[in-house]
Amino acid sequence: MVTDGSQTMTKTGQPLVQMEGIYRSFVKDRQVIPVLQDINLEVGENEILCLVGESGCGKTTTGKIIAGLLEPSRGVMRVADRAIGDYRGREKALLRRQLQIVHQDPFASLNPAHTIGDILSFPLKRHRMTEGGAALKRRIWELLTMVDLTPPGDMVNKYPHQLSGGQRQRVSIARALTVQPRLIVADEAVSMVDVSIRITLLKMLLRLRQELGLTIVFITHDLALAKYFAWEGRIAVMYLGRIVEIGRTPDVIAHPAHPYTRALLAAVPEADPELTRHKQTIALRSDDIPRLTDIPPGCAFHPRCPFFAAGTCDAHTPHLKAAPGWDQQVACLLVQQGAL
Amino acid sequence: MSLDMNKVVLSVRDVSVSYLARRGRVRAVSQVSFDLHAGETLALIGESGCGKSTLNLALIRQLPKNASIDSGSIAYTYRDGRTVNLLDFDKTAMRRYLWSECSMVFQGALNSLNPVLRVSDLVYETAAAHGIGRLEAQTRALKLFEQVRLDAKRVFNSYPHEMSGGMRQRVLLALSLLLRPQIVIMDEPTTAVDILTQRSILDVLKQLRAELNFSVIFISHDLAVAAEIADTVATMYAGEIVEIGPVNDVFYRSRHAYTLSLLNAAPRLSAGAETLESIPGSPPDLIEPPPGCKFHERCAYAQPICRTTPPPMVAYNNGAGRAACHETARVLADARHKA
Repeated sequence: MVTDGSQTMTKTGQPLVQMEGIYRSFVKDRQVIPVLQDINLEVGENEILCLVGESGCGKTTTGKIIAGLLEPSRGVMRVADRAIGDYRGREKALLRRQLQIVHQDPFASLNPAHTIGDILSFPLKRHRMTEGGAALKRRIWELLTMVDLTPPGDMVNKYPHQLSGGQRQRVSIARALTVQPRLIVADEAVSMVDVSIRITLLKMLLRLRQELGLTIVFITHDLALAKYFAWEGRIAVMYLGRIVEIGRTPDVIAHPAHPYTRALLAAVPEADPELTRHKQTIALRSDDIPRLTDIPPGCAFHPRCPFFAAGTCDAHTPHLKAAPGWDQQVACLLVQQGAL
Repeated sequence: MSLDMNKVVLSVRDVSVSYLARRGRVRAVSQVSFDLHAGETLALIGESGCGKSTLNLALIRQLPKNASIDSGSIAYTYRDGRTVNLLDFDKTAMRRYLWSECSMVFQGALNSLNPVLRVSDLVYETAAAHGIGRLEAQTRALKLFEQVRLDAKRVFNSYPHEMSGGMRQRVLLALSLLLRPQIVIMDEPTTAVDILTQRSILDVLKQLRAELNFSVIFISHDLAVAAEIADTVATMYAGEIVEIGPVNDVFYRSRHAYTLSLLNAAPRLSAGAETLESIPGSPPDLIEPPPGCKFHERCAYAQPICRTTPPPMVAYNNGAGRAACHETARVLADARHKA
């Protein structure tokens, strides 16, 4: 079922995950902090979806909800067309396995006292993924080979501290694969590894997606990386707990619609001296991101937006929808009205 | 910004630094040489472990106890023309030198600011240590805070936790200029910040540089940031500067295989669908570095000579830049060739 390599490679298959009107808030010092508001998102089977945005925009919280590590405060989360609340017993356990997450810090996410072999065998045993010692060993070998940690015989007895950052991240990915997931949330999974080895890791993830029919939700603050990794998929841009723009990667990158996306793309320096020095940046009306406890009314971006229209942007909350002349969905009243 | 190529502020010659580790001597920086001119921004780029941060600590003589500078000289020229070798300085002389002649901005602004001191206390303390009165210090600080686009009065009376990360980074940038140094060393100053914050820091830095005309040594692994602000770029690998030259030469006419490989591994937003290539393997052991070119084990251009003979440094354009690669001709043919 899950690891069936014969699965067709359609760009967006059946929706695997559907988020409908998801809200999530946290309480800190008796204050309610609305971290996510009205998230409506579908992730297709075998799709690559990239969540981008600055710190505090809610991308990690969204990723955790998708991976089943957090419950939404409000709204419905469906997996394979069924609300997660309807999953019970063994089905619930199976669902839990199908959604996995790979964290940012490969130094913190692996237990330093366990060998690589231990780290991979615990979930295999716990979830009875293999039967008997020989099968367990064979499966560990197979997983290590899948993530290019070869020869596996040398790797199983090593401890995390004996591996480089890139190798540790491969172990994290192999561990996520032990339970044969359908979807992996990669939360800043290559942010801490060096430039020269990032691409190998990303290529490996793309290959695994193809071989195992995986769905990948890739979370990053690095737009150039998002562009490279999700070129065949979609990008969702988040700001202060909402998705402000979503569409196919080439559309969003080449023709950003939302003023926030435009400002972000214009602000990114490029590894090309002439290009980056002549790039037109967009001056914002304010440099400061509002606090989540004090989200501006109307469009949350209006106090910083260079295209701010009084009476519209500060009065009505924009919702994510199609806009005439654009291939992506956007939550900006001005773009929706055709004024931008 | 005026770049005075006649006036050299800092002249680094053949500096080598090693750490004493249990297994032996780690040659973290070997035979590094470069000149920093008045008003020039030099970006040192390279991956973790390439020696860029060790070199930075050597330049300010703040190496940990198990490290030593084994050879070379670091000549600094004062505004009045006097030249000294920083390696001859004792602790007191070094303390006087830091901040007033050369200041530092580190990564992670929160760690660099004392949480129990107001910004004003930091200003007074720094100024007093160098014999500047409170009033003068306050006037200078307020002016600088305005130049870095901060609400000057409010920030002056704030504690670090009352400011956002971007504000703190701008405060540090302003403080680094309080004593009007000729050199500011920045170690990954925009690494842990968001895109729009990074943009405002870069813009502020460019503006300050134009107004105050100091020199910058900018240490980063981020090629894009280097492309944007550097006049000169130096690529470091395994403790050596393997290529150094004007930014356009290094990016468009790369002469070292490692520089080109780094560029080919960095995605560009505006490039459409891209084929990128990683560099295989990992950096070499600096206790027993490989013979020949230290990059040869990972290099797509490597020839038999690269395995045996260290490549000599070859200058181009009358010494505007130089690179140490046996295969410069082939690398140059594959380089990007723009501008």
